[in-house]
Amino acid sequence: MSEASLAQHVTNLEAGDTIVATAFLGRTPVYALADGTIMFAGIGEEKRVKAHEDGAILVAVSDGKRIFTGGDDGLLIATDAEGRSETIAHEKGKWIDALTLRDDGAMAWSAGKQVRARDAKGVVKDFAAPSAVRGLCFLPKGYRLAIAHYNGASLWFPNAGDPAFYEWKGSHLDVTVSPDGRFLVTSMQENMLHGWRLADGKHMRMSGYPAKTRSFSWSPDGKWLATSGADACVVWPFETKDGPMGRGPRECGVRPRRVSRVAFHPSNMVLAIGYEDGWVLLVRLTDASEIFVRGERESNDAVTALAWDAQGKRLAFGTKEGKAGVLDLPA
Amino acid sequence: MSDKIPVTVLTGYLGAGKTTLLNRILSEPHGKKYAVIVNEFGEIGIDNDLVVGADEEVFEMNNGCICCTVRGDLIRILEGLMRRKGKFDAIIVETTGLADPAPVAQTFFVDQDVQDVAKLDAVVTVADAKWLSARLKDAPEAKNQIAFADVIIINKTDLVTPEELREVEARIRGINPYAKLHHAVKSNVPLDAVLGKNAFDLDRILEIEPAFLEAGDDHDHDHAHGHDHHHHDHECGPDCGHDHHHHGHDHHHHDHGHSHGGLKVYHDEHMQSLSLTIDGEVDPNKFMPWVNDLVQREGPSILRSKGILALKGENKRFVFQGVHMILDGDLQREWKPEEKRVSRIVFIGRDLKEDEIREGFMKCAA
Repeated sequence: MSEASLAQHVTNLEAGDTIVATAFLGRTPVYALADGTIMFAGIGEEKRVKAHEDGAILVAVSDGKRIFTGGDDGLLIATDAEGRSETIAHEKGKWIDALTLRDDGAMAWSAGKQVRARDAKGVVKDFAAPSAVRGLCFLPKGYRLAIAHYNGASLWFPNAGDPAFYEWKGSHLDVTVSPDGRFLVTSMQENMLHGWRLADGKHMRMSGYPAKTRSFSWSPDGKWLATSGADACVVWPFETKDGPMGRGPRECGVRPRRVSRVAFHPSNMVLAIGYEDGWVLLVRLTDASEIFVRGERESNDAVTALAWDAQGKRLAFGTKEGKAGVLDLPA
Repeated sequence: MSDKIPVTVLTGYLGAGKTTLLNRILSEPHGKKYAVIVNEFGEIGIDNDLVVGADEEVFEMNNGCICCTVRGDLIRILEGLMRRKGKFDAIIVETTGLADPAPVAQTFFVDQDVQDVAKLDAVVTVADAKWLSARLKDAPEAKNQIAFADVIIINKTDLVTPEELREVEARIRGINPYAKLHHAVKSNVPLDAVLGKNAFDLDRILEIEPAFLEAGDDHDHDHAHGHDHHHHDHECGPDCGHDHHHHGHDHHHHDHGHSHGGLKVYHDEHMQSLSLTIDGEVDPNKFMPWVNDLVQREGPSILRSKGILALKGENKRFVFQGVHMILDGDLQREWKPEEKRVSRIVFIGRDLKEDEIREGFMKCAA
C-alpha cells in the first residue's frame, strides 16, 4: 500500500441515507439519496430537494447539467443545479429499473419489460423487451440503444423498429458499449461479464469474479474497461481488434476487500476505486501507484457512488450508510 | 447477520385463498409493516402501502446445475426494496397459483446479494379443502406446492364434511407429513402460524418428526373476530413451547384403514416422503460425499431434504436442509447427555429411488 494520501483534501458530508449515485452539476457535487432526496453540496451551503415525494430512488444519472432520477414511484424526474425538478415520465404502478442518457439530450428508461426512448425533441418510442430489463446504454454513434435482459441483449434503433438480438443464456444485468462502438459488454448474474464483438457477434466471456460486477468505467482513450466485483479493480484490454479475447485483464488496487465502484478520470489514466469497506483509492494505471483518499479499518459501509467532475479536479463519493464527500485534487 | 429481512413465500393453487390470507395478515393489528411482492395478475386488491408487482421470471443459473432455477425478478425487486430499508419489517411473496415454489426458495440460496439482505422464513401453502384432492390428481403444480411447504393451511373447511376433511388431510400427509397443518375458514389462521417460522434456519431444526398432531382442529371455530387461538391448546404448533406431540385430538384415533400414528394416510403414487434412521453415528467421510452425490444426481426429483446427524468424533449435531440440488448444512448445538445419538434424514420428492437411497445411507453408518 502506498503511503501517499489525499485524505486532508477530502470534505466529508452526512447524507443520511444510501447514496444511489453522485454527479457534478457544473461545480456543485450532487447526491441522489435512496429516500428520494437530491442533496446539493455547494461550497458553504448544503441544500436538499425532495425530488421523489413518496418514492425511493432506484437509479440516477447525470449529463452535467441535470440529475435524472428514476424511482419506485414510477417517476422519472430531472433536477437542475438550482434544485428545480421536472417530471419527465410517469410509469404508473411500476418501478423505473434502468435509465441512461445520450449526449444530445436523448434518454431511455425501462420499467419491467417496457423500454422507452425519448429523443432530444421529446418524441418517445416504446419497445417491449422479451423479459425484464436491468441495463440500458446508448451506442456512441447513431440513435441506438443497448438493452440487457434475460438470455442476451438487444440493440434497438428507436426510430427503425425491430431490434437486433445478441443471444447468450442467462440473466444479463448492466450493459455498456465501448466508446468506439465495436464491443457490447454485459454483467451477468453468474459473476461474469459477457461481451460481443458487434461486427460479427463473436462472444467473449470475462469470468473469475467472486461477486457480480455492478460498476463499469471506460478509460478516457476508450481502450480499457475497469470493472468492480473482485478484490482488485479488474481492467480489460479493448484496444486491439479482438478486444480481450485470449488476453488476461490487468488488476490494480488489490486489497483484501471487494471493489464496489470504479470511475476512470476523464482525461488521465487514473482510476478512482471504491471498495465494499468504504475505502477509496486513486490508482495510476501507467505505474500502478496508489494514493489513499478515504477509509477506516473494519468498516462494512460500501462505496455506492463515485464520480469525477468534467475537468477531473474533483471526485465525489457516497456510501451505503449515507456518508458522502468530495476530494479536491491539489493543484 | 440478524438484521436480515425475513421473507415468507405464499403459494397455493388458483382460488385456494392466498390473497384472502395475505389481506388478513396485512389487516391484523400487529404493528408491523410488510412489503408485499405479488404477481401481476391478482384478481383481488392488496390492502398495503408497499406492494410490488412481480413478473415471475424464472431462469436457469449457468452453473451446471440443471434444476437450479431462480426468480430473476425477485433478485431485482429485493435489491430495489432495500432502498426502503428500515421502512418495513418483513416481506411476503405471493406466487401465482401455477407457480413452482422451488425457484423462489432457491433464489435465497443462490444469489449472494439476496442472501446478504434477506432470509427465507417459510413456504406457506394454502389448500382448498374441497378441491385439493381433485387438484392433486390433475395439477402437478398443486402437488409441488404441498410437497414443498413448511406450513399448509387447509382453507374453506366449512365447505366440506369432517370426513372429507380427513380425506384431504390424509392426502396431504401422504405427500408431505412434515409440514405444519392448520385448518381455516376464509384463511382465518393466526399470524404466528404463518409468519416468523424460521423454517429454513439450521439452528431451528430441532427434530424431524411428522407434524401429524399439530393442527387437528375439526371444529368450526371462527377466528375472524380476533380471539387468541392459543386458548385452544389442541391446535398448537410445535413452536408454542409445550409438548405438542402428545395431545392430538381424539378423533384422529378413530380412523380406519392405513394409518401412521393413528392418522389416515393416502400415499401418493408419485410424490412421497422418505425418512431414514441410523440408530447411531454416521461416518462423515462417507456421508458427505454420498449426500452431495445424491442431490447432484437426484436433485430434480428431490424437492426438500432435511437431516440431523450424529457424526463420528463430533460432539455437535450436524444439521442440513436442502432444496433440490442446493444443500445447506452446519454443525449445530451439542448433543445433550440424555439425547440418543441417532442419525435421521428425510426426503420429500417425486418418484424417489427409495431402495437405492436407503442402501446408500445405511452404508454411511460409522
